[in-house]
Amino acid sequence: MSRQSVAKAHQKIQELAWEPMYHSPVSQYGTDYTFRKAAKKDPLKQVLRSYFPMQEEKDHRVYGAEDGAIRGNMFRQVQERWLEWQKLFLSIIPLPEISAARAMPLLFRNVPNPELHNGQAIQMIDEVRHSTIQQNLKRLYMQNYIDPAGFNSSLRNFHNDYCGTIGRQFAEGFITGDAITAASIYLTIVAETAFTNTLFVAMPAEAAANGDYLLPTVFHSVQSDESRHISNGYATLLMALADEENQQLLERDLRYAWWNNHRVVDAAIGTFIEYGTKDRRKDRESYAEMWRRWIYDDYYRSYLVPLEKYGLKIPHDLIEEAWNQIWNKGYVHEVAQFFATGWLANYWRIDPMTDKDFEWFEYKYPGWYDKYGKWWENYNRLSTPNGHHPIVAEDVDYQYPHRCWTCLVPCLVREDMVMDEVDGQWRTYCSEPCHWTDATAFRPVYEGRQTPNMGQLSGHREWETLYHGWNWADVVSDMGYVRDDGKTMVAQPHLNLDPKKMWTLDHLRRMPPVLSPNVLLNEMSDADRQAFHANYIRGGPAGRPAPAQP
Amino acid sequence: MTTPTTRSVPQPVFTDAEAGAKVFPDSTSRQYNYFKPAKRRQTHYEDVTVEVQPDPRHYLSQGWLYSFADGRGGYPLDWTVLKAWGSDRPEPKRFPGSGGKGYDWPAHGWHEFRDPNEEWELTMYRYNANVVRQLNANIDAARQAKAFAQWNPNWVRFVERNVGAWMHVDHGLGLYLFANANRRGPTNMHNTAIAVNSMHRIRAAQDLALYSLTLTEEIDGFDGAAHLEAWNSDPAWQGVRECAEQLTATDDWAEAIFAANVVFEPLVGELFRSHLVQQAAPRNGDYVTPTVVGAEEYDFAERDLRYTIPLLRLLADDREFAEHNKATMAGWLAAWVPRAIAAARTLQPLWSQPDALPPRFEDGLDAAKSRFGGILADISLDTPKELSA
Repeated sequence: MSRQSVAKAHQKIQELAWEPMYHSPVSQYGTDYTFRKAAKKDPLKQVLRSYFPMQEEKDHRVYGAEDGAIRGNMFRQVQERWLEWQKLFLSIIPLPEISAARAMPLLFRNVPNPELHNGQAIQMIDEVRHSTIQQNLKRLYMQNYIDPAGFNSSLRNFHNDYCGTIGRQFAEGFITGDAITAASIYLTIVAETAFTNTLFVAMPAEAAANGDYLLPTVFHSVQSDESRHISNGYATLLMALADEENQQLLERDLRYAWWNNHRVVDAAIGTFIEYGTKDRRKDRESYAEMWRRWIYDDYYRSYLVPLEKYGLKIPHDLIEEAWNQIWNKGYVHEVAQFFATGWLANYWRIDPMTDKDFEWFEYKYPGWYDKYGKWWENYNRLSTPNGHHPIVAEDVDYQYPHRCWTCLVPCLVREDMVMDEVDGQWRTYCSEPCHWTDATAFRPVYEGRQTPNMGQLSGHREWETLYHGWNWADVVSDMGYVRDDGKTMVAQPHLNLDPKKMWTLDHLRRMPPVLSPNVLLNEMSDADRQAFHANYIRGGPAGRPAPAQP
Repeated sequence: MTTPTTRSVPQPVFTDAEAGAKVFPDSTSRQYNYFKPAKRRQTHYEDVTVEVQPDPRHYLSQGWLYSFADGRGGYPLDWTVLKAWGSDRPEPKRFPGSGGKGYDWPAHGWHEFRDPNEEWELTMYRYNANVVRQLNANIDAARQAKAFAQWNPNWVRFVERNVGAWMHVDHGLGLYLFANANRRGPTNMHNTAIAVNSMHRIRAAQDLALYSLTLTEEIDGFDGAAHLEAWNSDPAWQGVRECAEQLTATDDWAEAIFAANVVFEPLVGELFRSHLVQQAAPRNGDYVTPTVVGAEEYDFAERDLRYTIPLLRLLADDREFAEHNKATMAGWLAAWVPRAIAAARTLQPLWSQPDALPPRFEDGLDAAKSRFGGILADISLDTPKELSA
């Protein structure tokens, strides 16, 4: 048995599939795609006889390294600035992973190729691996890192904090709506093929530079499974391309999936890498440089563009615009500033930037200081309680942003903000592609074509709505972001663990209440709303309110 | 000659960021605090599975962000008709100024389920890697010992057709029932246990397929494609096939798990594996096939059934819906027991095919029924009258 070739073994297991004669398997998920032509073969040729021992061996290496890290006192060299952001990242990522496992059955009845189902089943269990191995890493951090707060409460807090929804799209987008849109285009063609490079390769490299070699250990092991998943997506995409009727949907879904992944992943990972590091060597790659290499060159130019000859319409404009957002419009810096503005509604500590950081940012992103430097100086000045409010309630030349109804990252590049009445509600969007996603793409009719299986955007999408009119201390209590003395906050805008320097609920009582931008927008008269919008898009960069009109 | 260059590398920095370096609020709170463990101490398994799949009834304050075309997102509780306490409570209402607090954890009884196998990635790969390694070793040893030469020709036919045919059951249920159901359960503990179950079945299917390939190479005249003919057209297999197909056609995820693991496997799967193949093989000179089939038998008896019983028992004993759940499961028994018994009886001709016969079919079926009754008692269900068919 063991001497059989992989090809022979794989050929043999194709005999397992059978067409039903008496009852068809249940069909629970719909798609508007059709697969009437061109069966594609499973490119993986993976059989479980070799898969399980291979994965076990990978596990041996991961858990051996984890033991070594503890015995070698790795945490004596870990940068707190870095580990704090892992409280957010490792809250987010186990959910997308397990959601990817749950997504695989969406494909079974919709991709009529039993050969591919084998690869999808292996992907399912890979994803169970990823989710639990990441939960385990977070557990290790919680047990061994100096400040367990936020790790210990992560899966309550991620589900209710003020930016958790940003990360949750990277999971929920996999498991609902049109089965192919969700489990194939959004998950495998874009999220896994494009963005796991920054998630699982670029970010771990930054972890290592900050004294943490467990993140690379775990995530490179995870990434070694991703090539299988990329192959699954590619095979399904080629099948879809064989049917001309799918072209319109493919174009729609690539635009949505690309833009949403860019908004969500670049927001989070960009912030972790640029603002979570202490490594300020000028020759280390910035996130923009990593993005150019991993996503623009490796994904866009090497993977997507060659598919054009098969008829795939590539969203060239959106790929260029994503780069424009990162390089010219300061997208990552705007997001990091937003995270730090609302530090008190988070469950991790955000370290102020120092002169050394300023120098690096200015070197990597010329003009950074003029835009963002002053605000970060204010953040530093306001970081320990001293009779003032947290920065969100102080006058630091920052206009609290409206949320994007689609990607849930706020409308931070102010000039791009779109406002529209959709489904009877005034909504704001960070950009025209996000407006299009809600108003046009996620609808039962698309460009005159019936798309009854397309999903919907749902939920109470603006976090501030739920706390409209609340005192901040009550908000933080309601979310449960309080340490075990009953008053000290989990979040802090600095890394000083001296209890005298830490913010407590008492410091928040005197703050003005939380106000929901969206509730206020809907309360405005039409004229006021138009004036508000005209003013908003003149604002920025760095959240600056629009200058007074001459 | 090259000019030496200074390498740019990050410098190690002593940060003293290890546990215990300072004392401050939460400095000793080193356990996940968002769930109550099933026992006194939370287990490693609980830590890596519980609450990864969120729930709008307790912490997921803004609800599901994406939905199907019908507006439903996430993991609707009514994807099964079974109910756990709290299932009928409405999701907490959210509106401007509502706050985010939901029901106290766990909010409903579904969150109380724990897999007694405590399966997560580490356990799953260890277990399955051990199984495939042991199978490879067994088969290699048998080949070196020329063990297949001892098989009589009738037994060769039996294995190529009938042991081979079972791979289709494993494959079909593994993919289209169990893997499918891993999207349907209400909590991460349910769906992870079900995903692991699916891998057992898919692995077992491949074990049998690759065993068939080995036998094709080792035994002159072994027809590696005979299992296809048996599965597609042998009347003895059509009852099993029809029942397996009907299992994959079940919409309700809990009914599918119940029908497969509580009814079909004891009455058909174990009957075929333990009361036919395992009994007949040694008498016909085959000590290898039982090790292959035995691996799957252990999967079911010691792992898959082991999580299924507490999953269902919890619902049968539910503090709010015990009667509803027991009545529902009794209904499922009334529907599925006759199908399984019919499938089992259709298999009966297989008992007379080997040269050296196994114990009587009726004795095997009686033993399977007795075992089945014991499983029902473990779930707190009564034995249905349909069993006497």
